[in-house]
Amino acid sequence: MNTLSLVIQREYFTRVRKRSFIIMTLLMPLLMVALSFVPLWLSTLNDGAVKNIAVIDNTGMYAPLLKSTDQYQFQIINDAQQNEYQSKIGKDIFAILQITDDLNRNSNAVTILSEKQTSQELRTMVENALSEKVMEQRLDDLSQQGNVNAAAISEVRSIIESGTKISVKTMKWGDDGKVSESSAEIATIIGMVFTILIYMFILMYGNMVMQAVLEEKKSRVVEVMVSSVKPVNLLIGKIAGIGLVGITQLVIWGVLTGVLFTALSVFIALPQQAPAVMSAEMSNFDMGGVMNAVLSVNWFEIIVYFLLFFVGGYILYASIFAMFASAVDSEEDTSQFMMPVTIIIMFAFFAGFYSVSNPDGPLAFWGSLIPFTSPIVMMVRLPFGIPLWEKLLSLVLLYGTFILISFFAAKIYRVGILMYGKKPSIKEMMKWIKYK
Amino acid sequence: MYLQTTNVTKQYANHLALNKVSIEVPKGTVFGLLGPNGAGKTTLIRIITRITAPDSGEVFIDGRPSKSDDVFNIGYLPEERGLYKKMKVGEQAMYLAQLRGLSKAEAQRELMIWFRRFDIASWYNRKVEELSKGMQQKVQFISTVIHNPDLLIFDEPFSGFDPVNAEMIKNEMLRLKAEGKTIILSTHNMESVEALCDNIALIHRSQVVLQGKVFDIRREHRTNIFRFRLRNNDFLFEHPSFTLVSKEPYHEFTDIRIRKQPEVATNELAKLIFDNFDVVAYDEEIPTMNDVFIETVKQ
Repeated sequence: MNTLSLVIQREYFTRVRKRSFIIMTLLMPLLMVALSFVPLWLSTLNDGAVKNIAVIDNTGMYAPLLKSTDQYQFQIINDAQQNEYQSKIGKDIFAILQITDDLNRNSNAVTILSEKQTSQELRTMVENALSEKVMEQRLDDLSQQGNVNAAAISEVRSIIESGTKISVKTMKWGDDGKVSESSAEIATIIGMVFTILIYMFILMYGNMVMQAVLEEKKSRVVEVMVSSVKPVNLLIGKIAGIGLVGITQLVIWGVLTGVLFTALSVFIALPQQAPAVMSAEMSNFDMGGVMNAVLSVNWFEIIVYFLLFFVGGYILYASIFAMFASAVDSEEDTSQFMMPVTIIIMFAFFAGFYSVSNPDGPLAFWGSLIPFTSPIVMMVRLPFGIPLWEKLLSLVLLYGTFILISFFAAKIYRVGILMYGKKPSIKEMMKWIKYK
Repeated sequence: MYLQTTNVTKQYANHLALNKVSIEVPKGTVFGLLGPNGAGKTTLIRIITRITAPDSGEVFIDGRPSKSDDVFNIGYLPEERGLYKKMKVGEQAMYLAQLRGLSKAEAQRELMIWFRRFDIASWYNRKVEELSKGMQQKVQFISTVIHNPDLLIFDEPFSGFDPVNAEMIKNEMLRLKAEGKTIILSTHNMESVEALCDNIALIHRSQVVLQGKVFDIRREHRTNIFRFRLRNNDFLFEHPSFTLVSKEPYHEFTDIRIRKQPEVATNELAKLIFDNFDVVAYDEEIPTMNDVFIETVKQ
């Protein structure tokens, strides 16, 4: 068997067999799912105490719509009682809800006054109840105007009543930008997730390559190795082996997270199983719309590009890390060289972060073309859909750069791993390139 | 394997590591590569093992320029050597054996032979970090010879071994030599050079300053000093061709060392002493390799 594949195998298997790798790989998706679902679940647990909400409804139209629950008791009061109740806030009264005007005309005419931060849950509850009423009002108005087909309106009504709220929304607001906005949000989330992933993996696995090179050099294993393996094969084997470990971890994370999320989403989305409050919570969270938006994303393309940029970015940085690690004798000596590299990666991450709000701006554009930042910044832009030529140019630049850099890295590595003693300067390292 | 280097030169940034180094290692012999620290021995070995390339000059193997495949026919035990600490001994040995071109089955078979020979079969599943330095050295020695190469290069092979194990390694080297392997031994241990080496080259300040058969070199460096052990205590001696270098009592005897003028025959001195004193033992003082080394390097 050739030496390169042996090296790759060793690098790969010694790492994936490590207990820490297995635990990390299996636990992380659980953790991620837990992190997104547990707060949601916790928010549905009420604290047991009944909260009294005083309602001042100047219009008189809305107050009766607010149905008291186990947790929130709505009490209708009048204007005159306002001061009296206001003094009770934080004691008997949790909050005062004030509706000052017809919400159909002035949608801002509603406020909640409280001492503590009002819970999202209460707000959602009130908003839902009021929105429903306002929608009714508007439909009534529409049918009274008479210039709309009455049959159509009654159909809309029946759809709303039958509870297929989700499809109504899509139908009703499908053309005025609402749906496309929700998919932009999804694109942002997807972009951020992939950016964070690529950033994390480049740093994590780049560091792993650095550690591996240092470990071999410090333990003098490398002296034994180079007598049968060409240094360049040792370097390629190491980068490839560790990269494959990264890809393995990514795939396992992807699959596990997907399975867990799907399982939990199905469980939560089933209304009869979910507690009443939770479904109220979830109704605000337009599950179907999100699902549609998620499905409408071109996953195949994103994943292919993700892998291409991941591989390019990883090899680029791993070569640089390996190059510097080979030149020094200990971890402490690496910091001088690593600092600038880490700063560039951090810069790329922040550039990616700010590109979210303007995925076609100059920062995003140049960030996604320059090879040192492109793997990270490009991931933000991808889900928004960008011209093919930009993607190809960025890839060509990235791959061209990593071929060039890894060529020099291999030259320096070859000399560096067998040099001990004084920490070389960049100038000396440049000289190594010319060694035969 | 017959190995030859011709005018091998290697320049590093600020110093010349090797300056026109030519050595010749006949097949089936043990060749001592000697020299003070930093003389360029390791660089020469790295050039022979094709780890680095010379700036000029060439390495010939069996009369033809060496090529990249030759590394599979070389076993190199570097002076600074290590193992992957987290790997198991067997796994590690298998890995190194396979890297040296053995198939899995061959590697397995050869390893079992060597592990039994060195009595370390029970370590097969232990982690390397649990082993003592000497034990690790054994594993490294095995991984150097496992692929049955024709040229073996040992750089300080005895360091880290107790005398018993050092003797075992020495015997292994002699056994390999008897099998017709060519061995290059780089060491500072001059006793083992005398015991094992047929030829040596001494590298000093990047150049070969001394090369040849061990015994020839020692003879060339003789100082014309002769040692006599006498029963007499009252040694008195005066002669124009011979000078007394030292005189020391040894139990009931007296040890004397006499230097003769090079042009005077040895017999003349012997006759003179034997005729006048009661001689118990007598020999010519031939310098050890240690003496030769120090003398040459100090010059």
